[in-house]
Amino acid sequence: MKKPVKKPTKKGKKVLIDLKEVFKHYHLGESTVKAVDGIDLKISEGEFVSIMGPSGSGKSTSMNLIGSLDVPTKGNVFLDGENIEHLEESDLAQLRGRKIGFIFQQFNLIPNLTAKENVMLPMVFQGHEKYEREERAEELMEKVGLQERMDHYPTQLSGGEQQRVAIARALANDPEVILADEPTGNLDTKTGHMVMEFLNKLNREGKTVIMITHEPELAEEHSEKIFWLKDGKIEKATKGKLKRRR
Amino acid sequence: MNEYLTFAFRNLRRRGIRSWLTLLGVFIGIAAVVSLIMLGNGLRVAASAQFGVSSTQVISVQAGGLNAFGPPGSGVVNPLQREDAEAIERLPGVEFAVPRNIETVKAEFNDFQIIGNSISLPAGEEREFVYEILELEMEEGDLMAKREQGKVLLGNDFSHKDKSGFERAVESGDKLEINNKTFRVKGIFKKKGSFIFDSMILIDDDELNDLIGYGDDVDVIGVKVKDRDSIEVVKEDIEELMRDRRDVKRGEEDFEVSTPQAALETIDQVLLGVQIFVVLIALISIAVGSIGIVNTMTTSVLERRNEIGIMKAIGAKNSDIFLQFFFEAGLLGLIGGIIGIIFGLGLGLLGMNAINNFIGSTTKPQIDFFLIFFSLLGSFLVGSISGVLPAMKAARQNPVEALRG
Repeated sequence: MKKPVKKPTKKGKKVLIDLKEVFKHYHLGESTVKAVDGIDLKISEGEFVSIMGPSGSGKSTSMNLIGSLDVPTKGNVFLDGENIEHLEESDLAQLRGRKIGFIFQQFNLIPNLTAKENVMLPMVFQGHEKYEREERAEELMEKVGLQERMDHYPTQLSGGEQQRVAIARALANDPEVILADEPTGNLDTKTGHMVMEFLNKLNREGKTVIMITHEPELAEEHSEKIFWLKDGKIEKATKGKLKRRR
Repeated sequence: MNEYLTFAFRNLRRRGIRSWLTLLGVFIGIAAVVSLIMLGNGLRVAASAQFGVSSTQVISVQAGGLNAFGPPGSGVVNPLQREDAEAIERLPGVEFAVPRNIETVKAEFNDFQIIGNSISLPAGEEREFVYEILELEMEEGDLMAKREQGKVLLGNDFSHKDKSGFERAVESGDKLEINNKTFRVKGIFKKKGSFIFDSMILIDDDELNDLIGYGDDVDVIGVKVKDRDSIEVVKEDIEELMRDRRDVKRGEEDFEVSTPQAALETIDQVLLGVQIFVVLIALISIAVGSIGIVNTMTTSVLERRNEIGIMKAIGAKNSDIFLQFFFEAGLLGLIGGIIGIIFGLGLGLLGMNAINNFIGSTTKPQIDFFLIFFSLLGSFLVGSISGVLPAMKAARQNPVEALRG
């Protein structure tokens, strides 16, 4: 694997995610669905970015492309300088596992692993030793305030607790990017607020956070930059209320 | 690796009853193989013990005919004669040819009567030979001397109150009435594990002849060869001689000349046939089990698509996914195998017990560790091989589609 090239921006920050003229078209029988129809966007180290849009705007597809879960039909996606098109499926999975931590709307914990084991799982795939994984998982469970719940299975946890376990899991390999897909979508307002506070805290600690949402207020409130999607294109990019304190 | 096994185990447990049903096929197959091979081996040992003769230097000659039931030689149309034994003894390569008679007698002791089998004991050197070929060891008392009369030697069953038929154990020195003539018990043999020998009464040839009056008729001729390597040649010589004496053509013999090996080989062949048949059936069962595993694992891949998607999203390589499903299938096979082996061993033990009770043998069940090892290995392989295709299917899932569920 070639060494990732760091691409400094004007501010001297490294670009972590770079989508260049990206298209994702699906063929459904005769018709073509233009889920993503020419998107250009750069996300740099330390940013808190929201991708906003109503359903059907191409949000999910862009998230898959940004998270390098999917490859574009046209255009290029760079993850930390690496063109994902040039990577083998398994190499891409490894790179994704190191660089990006995913948080899903449905929490997506593995049901027959305990909370702690769920947190350890991304490290298993990176080949870390068991003692390292345990130590790190315990540390992260403490960080999300669930040290008492380590041996509980997901079904024994509340939604908010599950999402906190998912956050801990997302942090397992100390990734540079946290990619959160509607992280509060399945939570009540209070718990949702707590999760958002947590994401902001991670951002303050230096993580790049990308949030996919359909709630404008949430995007405005918590992020510094918002990309508004419509019909697979970026309609506009605006600034949010979050100010960079650097 | 360890994680994949834990993971596989959790998944099997999660599916509960479905996992158990899936491994039924492998379980039945392995249980059948283990128990029947064990029984077969046990039967073989038990059967060789029944011959009571393990000397490889002995040939026995019997007249053929209606002796499907009852002791050897009984009900024969044209019995062997004492002269036959003398003629056989004159053959080169033959050391002894001992005529033996097996007769049904009435024995009385402790005011109880039984019908038993009595075997003639020749006098002189030949008496030693009979002791030798029967490999008799004494439980109590002594063997009868070369020309000793008025005494009997008894099989081990007589030393047990419940097996003697007399409601009392017989001891050496006791008096026994046989066909109304009184004999003193000289000794009792150790248990041989053969119902014929453990219930026999050995009586001096002349005395038995006096009681029964078989004259020159002989039931069995026991032949000892000088050199064990020439046993097949001597066997053919005897056959030739007997055809001559009885005036029958080759292929129409009304007598039988057999060696212990030949008899054992016959048993072996029959047992082998049975074992091959059973193993074939067991293999079919295992094949059905394997299809069951393929089916369960395929369903499982579909059910766990979302999980596969999550794992891929958080960095699982295709090989990580493959190994999980592969081990899970292997584990299904292995667990089926372990339970099958435990059941098979249990069945085998029960079966051996039944056989021992039925024919009065004391054969110890043979536990074949190779068989167990290969059954375990085999069941794991059956499982994991069945898991290859589903595991590949799992590994090839597209993360985006898989995440969608």
